[in-house]
Amino acid sequence: MLQKMYDWVDERLDITPMWRDIADHEVPEHVNPAHHFSAFVYCFGGLTFFITVIQILSGMFLSMYYVPDIINAYESVYYLQNEVAFGVIVRGMHHWGASLVIVMMFLHTLRVFFQGAYKKPRELNWVVGVMIFGVMLGLGFTGYLLPWDMKALFATKVGLEIAQTVPVIGPALKTLLAGDATIIGAQTLTRFFAIHVFFLPGALLGLMGAHFIMIRKQGISGPL
Amino acid sequence: MHRGKGMKFVGDSRIPAERKPNIPKDYSEYPGKTEAFWPNFLLKEWMVGSVFLIGYLILTVVHESPLERKADPTDASYIPLPDWYFLFLYQLLKYKYAAGDYTLIGTMVMPGLAFGALLLAPWLDRGPERRPVKRPVATGLMLLALASVIYLTWESVVNHDWEKAEQQGKIVEVEIDKEAPGYKVYQKQTCIGCHGGNLSGGSGPSLIGTGLSAEEIANIAKNGTGAMPADQFKGTPEELKQLSEFIAGLEKK
Repeated sequence: MLQKMYDWVDERLDITPMWRDIADHEVPEHVNPAHHFSAFVYCFGGLTFFITVIQILSGMFLSMYYVPDIINAYESVYYLQNEVAFGVIVRGMHHWGASLVIVMMFLHTLRVFFQGAYKKPRELNWVVGVMIFGVMLGLGFTGYLLPWDMKALFATKVGLEIAQTVPVIGPALKTLLAGDATIIGAQTLTRFFAIHVFFLPGALLGLMGAHFIMIRKQGISGPL
Repeated sequence: MHRGKGMKFVGDSRIPAERKPNIPKDYSEYPGKTEAFWPNFLLKEWMVGSVFLIGYLILTVVHESPLERKADPTDASYIPLPDWYFLFLYQLLKYKYAAGDYTLIGTMVMPGLAFGALLLAPWLDRGPERRPVKRPVATGLMLLALASVIYLTWESVVNHDWEKAEQQGKIVEVEIDKEAPGYKVYQKQTCIGCHGGNLSGGSGPSLIGTGLSAEEIANIAKNGTGAMPADQFKGTPEELKQLSEFIAGLEKK
């Protein structure tokens, strides 16, 4: 039955080559922790992706309750944390995932760096990876404001003051992020929400797609 | 692959009529113990993922994610602190040559150089050698950067007043003693209609931590203020005293 359904779709769309592209690739001995325990260092990249998927899913559930305005943002997070069934777990996963993803990505970066895996022909993949690192830090910075509690507001204030010190474009950059040259308030919260939920995840998915296509095309770097 | 003349398609589409067989590649001739990603290795990846997920969930359940009190932009005494992975940058800005007149060094020059060097690493370290010991400059600079990030984060953590930080962010919950004589008067004199059952406000403002003295409150209850009309209080002077002292005693912790 399943085979017939597959054949029916395959006849019309020729999906076998696509499926084989995804499924068929070799895993060399030196990256397989089943053969060499030290190969666990190759898990960090995959775990980063795993946490990213959890972040997207938990974020989707958080957005069912979260309200991005200064009157209701805090109350909605408080309600989510204290009243909603499993709300504390979903918010907890998103909160701790944000830290874990930084840790895993950092370890992945160090693995690639110390193994010299960024060398020819993998330069472009390294550049895309560093850009993903930047996007992740941006997600962490913008997400920190969203609960609209004391630490959120004041950490963002400091962050925006730092942005303001950039020569020439500093003040314009701050206005772009905060929505106003001096006030950090309603506009800032909606902008950070939009950046956190639409702009940066969009960039992240594009960059990650490029990262994976390149690694699949080139294969993993050889043993040292 | 068949090309050009004689090719057959499904209907008027561009899908070739000839099906490709759906069989896995053979890795038996590959060096070492190479194995297929699907399904052998993916299963192992999932096992690692499940173990990781269990640890992750334990962390989530054991440590509830923090939430401080609602943002109050007027509170100038609050000492800000970013999330832990920005602490090293935050600490950097406290040093003499990265602050004041030199702020630009702390906010732009040093982070810019570090991030730029990381981004351009493949072009800064162009040799064919991959082993860390065979490229001492790259390895040394990365270890130096790592050590500074760890040191700065550590310094930031030990220099922060964590007890004060916990106090300043605490969610304030004022417990209202609903058996107090003052609260009974509050109910009886219909203050409750506008100021709410927990005195936290309704159509009228919150009465918690007003900073007013009992006499001032008694005066407002009698003569009104702002949108509140006069002569709202119709009880005895004794009751007025109970009410005003009760409200004046409600302080934000």
